[in-house]
Amino acid sequence: MGKYLVRRLLTAIPTILVISFIIFAIVDLSPSDPTGNLPLTIPPEVRAKIREALGADDPFVVKYVKWLNQFFIAEPLNLVESMTGIGFPGSEDRTRVMSWATRGPVMDIIAERLPQTLWVVGTSYLLGVLIAVPVGIISAYKQYSVFDQVGTFLMMVGFSVPTFFTGLMFIIVFSVNLKWFPSVYDTTHVVTDIASLQKQLNQMFMPVTVLTLYFTAQLSRYTRASTLDNLGQDYIRTARSKGLTERTVVTRHAVRNSLIPVVTLIALGIPGIFAGAIITEQIFRVNGIGQYLIIAIQGGDLPTVQTVTFIFAVLVVLFNIVADVLYGILDPRVTYT
Amino acid sequence: MRFKLMIVLAMFILSTLFGGVGLAQDMNEVTILYWQAASILNPYLSSGTKDNDASAIVLEPLANFGTDGALVPVLATEIPSPENGGISEDLTSITWNLRDDVVWSDGSPFTSEDVVFTYEYCTHPEGGCVQSDEFDGIVSVEAMGPHQVTITFDSPKPYPFLPLVAQTTPILQKAQFGECLGAEMAACTDANFAPIGTGPFMVEEFRPNDVVTYVRNPNFRDADMGKPFFDRVVFKGGGDAESAARAVLETGEADYAWNLQISPAVLDAMEAAGNGQIAVAFGQSTETLWINPTDVSPDNPNRSVWMADGTNAHPFLTNKTITQAMSMAIDTNIFGEQLYGRSGHATCNFINAPAAAVSSNNPCDQDIAGAIALLDEAGIVDTNGDGFREYNGHELRVQYQTSTNAVRQNTQALIKQWWSEIGIDTELRNIDAAVYFGGDPGSPDTFQKFYSDVEMYTTGSSSPDMEGYLGNFRCGQAPTPDNNWTGSNTPRFCNAEYDALLDELSATAGEAARAALFLQLNDLLVQEYALIPLVYRSSAASAFHNSLGGIDMNGWDSEMWNIEDWYRIDG
Repeated sequence: MGKYLVRRLLTAIPTILVISFIIFAIVDLSPSDPTGNLPLTIPPEVRAKIREALGADDPFVVKYVKWLNQFFIAEPLNLVESMTGIGFPGSEDRTRVMSWATRGPVMDIIAERLPQTLWVVGTSYLLGVLIAVPVGIISAYKQYSVFDQVGTFLMMVGFSVPTFFTGLMFIIVFSVNLKWFPSVYDTTHVVTDIASLQKQLNQMFMPVTVLTLYFTAQLSRYTRASTLDNLGQDYIRTARSKGLTERTVVTRHAVRNSLIPVVTLIALGIPGIFAGAIITEQIFRVNGIGQYLIIAIQGGDLPTVQTVTFIFAVLVVLFNIVADVLYGILDPRVTYT
Repeated sequence: MRFKLMIVLAMFILSTLFGGVGLAQDMNEVTILYWQAASILNPYLSSGTKDNDASAIVLEPLANFGTDGALVPVLATEIPSPENGGISEDLTSITWNLRDDVVWSDGSPFTSEDVVFTYEYCTHPEGGCVQSDEFDGIVSVEAMGPHQVTITFDSPKPYPFLPLVAQTTPILQKAQFGECLGAEMAACTDANFAPIGTGPFMVEEFRPNDVVTYVRNPNFRDADMGKPFFDRVVFKGGGDAESAARAVLETGEADYAWNLQISPAVLDAMEAAGNGQIAVAFGQSTETLWINPTDVSPDNPNRSVWMADGTNAHPFLTNKTITQAMSMAIDTNIFGEQLYGRSGHATCNFINAPAAAVSSNNPCDQDIAGAIALLDEAGIVDTNGDGFREYNGHELRVQYQTSTNAVRQNTQALIKQWWSEIGIDTELRNIDAAVYFGGDPGSPDTFQKFYSDVEMYTTGSSSPDMEGYLGNFRCGQAPTPDNNWTGSNTPRFCNAEYDALLDELSATAGEAARAALFLQLNDLLVQEYALIPLVYRSSAASAFHNSLGGIDMNGWDSEMWNIEDWYRIDG
C-alpha cells in the first residue's frame, strides 16, 4: 500500500508538469488582451506601453519558464517564510505570480478568498452528502413508495433546474418578498459571538440551500441506483436466508457495497469545492475563487487564470489518488501492489 | 426520542437564522454596489471606471467637472483663466494655485511637490501609466512655490483642462508613491491597494475584485463642517446589474447601485416598489444614424473607401435632397418617449452639451408629406412602378446596419417603415456587438468598415470640451485599408468649411467663444447630412435608496465625485 502510494505520487509529478504546460499554452494562445477593457479613448501606443510593462508580449517560453519559477520555487519559499518566519537568501528579489489586473500577488488573493468558498461551497457539499446518501438508500430500499416518488421528483427538480434560476427564485421569495435573508453576501463579516454567527448563518442560508439542492440531486440519484443494483444481488438473498435481521442486511451488506462507487464520486467532487460554484457565487456576490476566476477571464488577466486553473488541476490529480486509496480501504477485494 | 431531538435542533437552527434579520439602513454606513468589482485603487493603473470610482472616494484632483460640465475647484483655490492670469496669453501655460489648508489623511501637508510628482509618475517612460495620454503635449510641470504649479505645453492649448483634472487623474502623495516610479509602478502593491489621499475617506480594507471598506478621514479639509456625513463606506463589487438594482430598489440592502444597464421596463417595475429612485446623468452621448457617402456595392474593389477626387461616391446618398428627405421622415420623439424612457431624449443635434453649444437651427419635427414633396419636386420618382423611387437609374434601396440590441432593432423597424412611406426601400441588418464594435480589420462587419449605406451607433465625448470629439470628422481621417480601417471619421465627412472652423477652434480660448464654434460645427454636420442625430442618451443611470441624500449624478466625472456631501435622510 505504502509503495503503491509513493509510486502514484511520483507518477503524478510528470502528469502535473504536462498539465501545467497545456494549461499555460492554451490560456496564452487565447486571443485576450489585458488592455481590452480599458476605455476606447486610450490610444494604441499607451496600450502597447501597458502591455510591455506587464510583460504580456514576451515570448511564450520566457513567460512559461518565469511562471514555473514563480509558481514552483518563489511561491512555496514565500509560504514557508511567512509561516515559519525563517528568511531564505534572496527573498528580496523573488518575484511572485502577479495578477495583471490588481498588480498584486495572485496567491494572496486566493488565500483571501478561500474561506468564503469553503464556508459556502464546502458547507453545501457536506450537507449535500449528508442528505443525499440516506435519501438515496431509503429511496432504493423502498422503491416506488411515496418517499421514493417525492424524493425522485425533488431530485429531478434539483438536477434539471439550473442554480441561476433557483438562486433568483430564492432572492425574490426570501429577500424581496419576505425580507428574511440578505441577497448580498458580506465577505468582510467576522464571526466572533452568537450574534455574528447568526448573521453568518443568515447570509449563508440562500447560497448554501441552492447549492445543497444541486449537490444532493446529483449524489442521491447515484446512491439510489447503486443501492438498487446491490439489493437485487444473490448475496443479499443469501444474507436474508441466513436469518440476519433486515437492518444488518441493509446496512452491513447492501449499503457498504453500494457506497463504494459513491465514495469515489464524492472524493472526485472535492476539487470542485475549491473551484467554487461560479454561478452561485456570482448571484449572491460571495466573491470566492469561482468569481475570481470569472473576473480574471473577462479581464484577460492571464497569470491569474493560469494559476487558478492549474491549482484545480493539481487538486484533481491528488483527489484521484485519494479516491483510489479509499477504494482499496472500502473494498477488500481490491489490493494494491 | 431521536425524532424529538431533531425537531428541537431544527427549531434552534431556524430561530438563529431568522433572529438577526434586519435590512434597515445604517445611519453611519453607506453601502455602494458596483457589479464590476474594483481591482486596484490607483487610477493610473486602472482597468476601468470601477477602479477610478473606487479611488475617487480617497483621491482628489485639482478640479472636478460639475454636473453641467463646468469646472469646480477641489485642491485648487480657483479655476485658472486668462482673466485671472492663470492661463498665459499665448495659451501655452496654465498656473494652478493650490489650497494651503489641505493635508493628506496621514496629517502631512499637501504641496506642489505632490502635483509635480504625479505628473512625473504617470509620464515615466517605463511605467505603463493608463492615463498617460491625458498628459500629452506637456513640456514641464513646475512647482513655482509650495502652493503654486505651472504646466507648460509644447503648443497653444485653448482648453488646458485635461491633466490633473477630474477623477481619472487625481494627485498622489509623493511620500507614499515616491519609490514606485517606472518599472516599480506595478510592484508597489501596498500603495496601489491603499493610497493615501486628501479625500473624505481613507481605505480601511481592500479585497481586490471583491470589496473596499473606507473610514472617515479625520483630516479632511471640510471636517469642521461635519463632512463626510458617514463614518464608513462599503464599496461592494460583483454580481450583475439587475441584482444590484434589486438590492437597492426592492430589498433595500444597499444604498447605491451603479450603472444599471438593464431594460427600462424592468427598472421601472423595480422603482415602482417605492424604496428608491433612479438617477440619470447626461454627458455628451448621441445615438446617431451615419450616412455613407461612398460606393458600397459588394463587387467594388474599393468598397466603402472615400476618395478625395470624388470618384467612388455613393450613387444617391451624396444627393442632399434624398438625405434631407430621409431625415425629415424620422420622428425622433417616438424614440425618446417610447424606446429609451428616462435614459434618452429626442434630439436633432449631434452636440447636446454643454448648454451653450446646443443648436436650435435644426428642425426636429417629422414631415413625411414634406419629404415626399421634396423628392417629387426634384424629379426623384418611382418610374418602374415597384413602389420605390429611382435616382439616375438607381433604385433607392439602402442597407441599414447596427449592433444587435432590442432597442436598436425597434428603432430600425420604425425607420424602415417611415422610409418606405416616402418611397425608399430599407434592408435591415444587425451584427453582434462584439464583432460590430470589435474593430477587427479582417471582419467585414465592423462599424469602421461601414459596408452598408447607413448605420447606427452611439458616440460620445468624455470631456465637456468638444474639440477632440469634433476633430474626429476632419477630412482625411476616414477609415481606409491604408490605416487598417482605424480612422476616426466613420461618416467619411470632408468639408473645407468644417476643417477651417476646426482650425479656428484650436486657436480660440474662452468658454463662450468655443461653445459658439461647437454649435457651428454641429450645424455643418447635421445640415450637410453626414449624419442624422436620433437620441441624446444618458451616460449613466444609477439607483439610490430613498434614505440617501446628496446624490448629484455627474455625466462628466466620477459618480463618486461628491461623496462627502452624501447623507442619511432621517425617517
